[in-house]
Amino acid sequence: MKIPKDLFYTKDHEWARLEGKKAYIGITDYAQAALGDITFAGLPKKGDMLKQAEAIATVESVKAASDVYAPFSGKVTAINEDLAAHPEFINRSPYDEGYFFIMEISDESEKAKLMDAAAYEQYMEGISK
Amino acid sequence: MNYIPHTKDDVGKMLETIGVSSIDSLFSDIPQALRPKSFNIPQGRSELEVTERLRRLSLKNAAHLINFVGAGFYDHFIPAAVDAIVNRPEFYTAYTPYQPECSQGWLQAIYEYQTVICELTGLDAANASLYDGGTAIYEAAMMAVRLTKRNKIIMDSGVNLIYRTMLYTYTSNLSVEFVEIPVVHGQSSREELFKHLDDKTAAVILQNPNFFGAVDDYTDIVERVHKHGALAVASVYPVSLGMLRSPGETGFDIAVGEGQSLGIPLSFGGPYLGFMAAKKELVRQMPGRIVGATVDKDGKRGFVLTLQTREQHIRREKATSNICSNEALCALRAAVFVSLLGTEGLKELAQRNFEKAEFAKCELSKIPGVEVKRSSPTFNEFTVLLPGHADEAVYSMIDKGFACGFPLGRFYKGMDRYLLVAVTEKRTREDIRGLVDSLEAVL
Amino acid sequence: MKLIFEKGRHGRRGYVQAKSDVPEAKPLDKRYRRHKDPCLAFVSELDVVRHYSELSRLNYSVDTNFYPLGSCTMKYNPKFTERIASLDGFAQVHPLLPQISGGGMLAQGSLEVLYDTEKLLAEITGMSAFTMQPLAGAHGELTGVMLVAAYHKASGSRRKYVIVPDSSHGTNPASAAIAGYDVIVIRTAADGYMDLEEYKRRMDGNVAAVMLTCPDTLGLFNPRIKEIADIAHKAGALMYYDGANLNAMLGKCRPGDIGFDVVHINLHKTFATPHGGGGPGAGPVGVSGKLADFLPIPRVIRRTDGTFALDYHRHKSIGYIAPFYGNFGVVLKAYAYMLLLGREGLIGAAETAVLNANYCLARLKGHYELPYGRTCMHECVFSASRQAKNGVHAIDIAKYLIDRGYHPPTIYFPLIVKEALMIEPTETESKETLDGFLDTMVEIARLAEKDPASVTQAPLHMPVKRLDETKAAREPNLRWQP
Repeated sequence: MKIPKDLFYTKDHEWARLEGKKAYIGITDYAQAALGDITFAGLPKKGDMLKQAEAIATVESVKAASDVYAPFSGKVTAINEDLAAHPEFINRSPYDEGYFFIMEISDESEKAKLMDAAAYEQYMEGISK
Repeated sequence: MNYIPHTKDDVGKMLETIGVSSIDSLFSDIPQALRPKSFNIPQGRSELEVTERLRRLSLKNAAHLINFVGAGFYDHFIPAAVDAIVNRPEFYTAYTPYQPECSQGWLQAIYEYQTVICELTGLDAANASLYDGGTAIYEAAMMAVRLTKRNKIIMDSGVNLIYRTMLYTYTSNLSVEFVEIPVVHGQSSREELFKHLDDKTAAVILQNPNFFGAVDDYTDIVERVHKHGALAVASVYPVSLGMLRSPGETGFDIAVGEGQSLGIPLSFGGPYLGFMAAKKELVRQMPGRIVGATVDKDGKRGFVLTLQTREQHIRREKATSNICSNEALCALRAAVFVSLLGTEGLKELAQRNFEKAEFAKCELSKIPGVEVKRSSPTFNEFTVLLPGHADEAVYSMIDKGFACGFPLGRFYKGMDRYLLVAVTEKRTREDIRGLVDSLEAVL
Repeated sequence: MKLIFEKGRHGRRGYVQAKSDVPEAKPLDKRYRRHKDPCLAFVSELDVVRHYSELSRLNYSVDTNFYPLGSCTMKYNPKFTERIASLDGFAQVHPLLPQISGGGMLAQGSLEVLYDTEKLLAEITGMSAFTMQPLAGAHGELTGVMLVAAYHKASGSRRKYVIVPDSSHGTNPASAAIAGYDVIVIRTAADGYMDLEEYKRRMDGNVAAVMLTCPDTLGLFNPRIKEIADIAHKAGALMYYDGANLNAMLGKCRPGDIGFDVVHINLHKTFATPHGGGGPGAGPVGVSGKLADFLPIPRVIRRTDGTFALDYHRHKSIGYIAPFYGNFGVVLKAYAYMLLLGREGLIGAAETAVLNANYCLARLKGHYELPYGRTCMHECVFSASRQAKNGVHAIDIAKYLIDRGYHPPTIYFPLIVKEALMIEPTETESKETLDGFLDTMVEIARLAEKDPASVTQAPLHMPVKRLDETKAAREPNLRWQP
């Protein structure tokens, strides 16, 4: 299971990659594997205002549906248009091609409520027990 | 006889395998204090006795009346082949096709039904059925509320009153706001509707033909609805779609309706068939089961229930609807009925209904003191203004062998003299002449 | 198999209308008429009959295959009830007839059926009054929850939550949610029953109702059910009984005697009306006395002269929930079934259903993991977790059973059991049928040890092999395109 070093993670298995005020958002390798073949991602709209920890997207496989929660508060600046035709990108490449959207974060201090890679790794060990 | 096959010997052996001495001991988890206080059910009877009792009861219903009552539920002819097919136990004793490999017949039949509904309504995607025309309107309204994230619904009062009333019941504990638009001269009042239409509106619900039988062209309304980012919902009478403009052609986003007219008996109110079709971008908010085509391991075409994440068995309290059992067997009736008729047959059926109603209008208007309302074109149902109380006329007509129409005063204040008359292909020229002569005699 | 639209020839017809016997009418203005014809089938009557006959043979059904689909009570559907429902005197009656002046007299037969069925169901469940209107089980749930809401509203109490256990049917939380409630989910404890401690913790004056299935979806009767009801009542909450599993209770225990306030019944389960490939069903709702005034209108009443009538004048009623009086055709079949079985027959149905389920349980418990319970009521829930270790999952077992001519049990439900196999044999199946099925289940358990691949490839003998459900969901193809 891949847990890239440079990302921030939530307990609900979202990740965020920060580039200044800009953040890429997606779901983790663990989340995609647990769902199985992903059939659909219901994304927010460009311009939507998000609040940290609120359900802002959905991700579905044939027999399961999960909510995706916002790692940060802020504004959606772009969505991954490719996912509409290729939801399998989320399975194949959860941290890259399979990102969900890009947002401009409004409060960097919210980082404090997220985990870094080491903490997420430890958290995952707890789950697998 | 109670359909239990076990012999005493079977029961003995089974109890032995289970390792208990009596069937009673299998119920030991039910505390004595919770055993029934009473269970006064009559003794069982034979099939012959029950059949006779119910046959006699059936004779107490006036099924013999020559029927001109419609009001959304119509007396159409059902070809015998429809009954023959739905009476095949491989259809009617199966359940929801959760296991596709042993349910391909049902799944394909539903896929064909969905295609029929799409073709009739001129829309992209249909579900596998809802309970009835009223719950279908409710589901469409809630779909619009979810899709637009708004909560104001504008509803034309030409929508069947029964359905409007149902909608109010269902939403009584929800924050949904309704505005009703009056019908003026038989048609939806544009002036009133546009006054209320705004950027808070989730949906505008219209019916064609409306409850009074009036046919309308809603293009102007639908355009305005879309300008406000709201959804346009049409409730339609499927037999009329052999002639009338389809909801898709008018630009409606969602079409719903009562499918009873497509080969389903009147049966005192049910089981009926709610149908729903929508533009394809709305499909993920649709309620109920949906069948899709796919391929098997060898690449062969097959069918499955799909997009199930919308449904209650997966998404539970976040599902698009709570519907589980639907009206599949009635949907099969509709699919078979429409297949028998084909395109030309459906057009011919619609034409026959239309021309018989036009004939009846013409004949009824010859009765002195009777006025046929002609402010709007109609399909197979129309309103008639009588010189006296319509209720009394209907009552008197029963003795003459006619259910001559629905007295509108039952539903609408101030319409005590109005009669709503439906004429289907089953009514012959003689039936219509008989209706006119008898009505003239009782007035 | 070809679709009906892919068969036939342009110009072929399956039904021809009678020639018109009225003058030609002036056509409607073009703006009202459709521009594009619907593209439908071009087939003869024989084409249609043969097409659907062929399709029908691709289905498993109760009449052709053992169908132990848990929670669905796939018992035999007696044939005589079909004939009764098709009698002209029932099938040809317009539902508005009793609503025209003096019209009650035009439908006395149907009204009597509704009235009597209400009375029978009330006695069977120990409730005071019933409505026949709900058109399916889930529709009954929604009606029931709306009755709960109306009751609390009338007593001036604003409550926000409905409690459901995590083993509940998905319809329970869904019905509560669409009626406007938030859902509290209580987990199942190690003994298989709802966690009583957590339940007590979550119960307070904000809870409107507790929705329970009894016996529950694990096939267990909770001996502390009365205590659960008492706790709810003490907090002013109502008890809702999901009647999906009523078959085990007939004459053995009545929800009304336990203290349930609202009950829905699935006539297509307990009362043997056909499932119709997914419907129509019927979901009558019964209530205790304090809720009777809120039932939907119209109510069927019996006048002092013995005639029947519809009563619309109930000012506390929640209103209309169906266009008329329910799925009358379905209610009629259930009524005929109850009359035929009578008291002893109904009790016998429950006893034999429970006997058959326990027989299945006894014969399979050495071969499959039984996560909860020692005996069961009308159904037993196993886990294929032992087989899953060898790569044989519940779904594989289901597909293998299909190859062997059996409709599979319900799988992956209840959600709290991993690899769940929920077997409900019903009372109408013989020992030979059960033995055949159980032998096959034992054989599968053995194959899972020795030759897992032989199970996981199934089905091999059906019209299609395993279907690509991911493709179906990723690229929805929901209709034929001309």
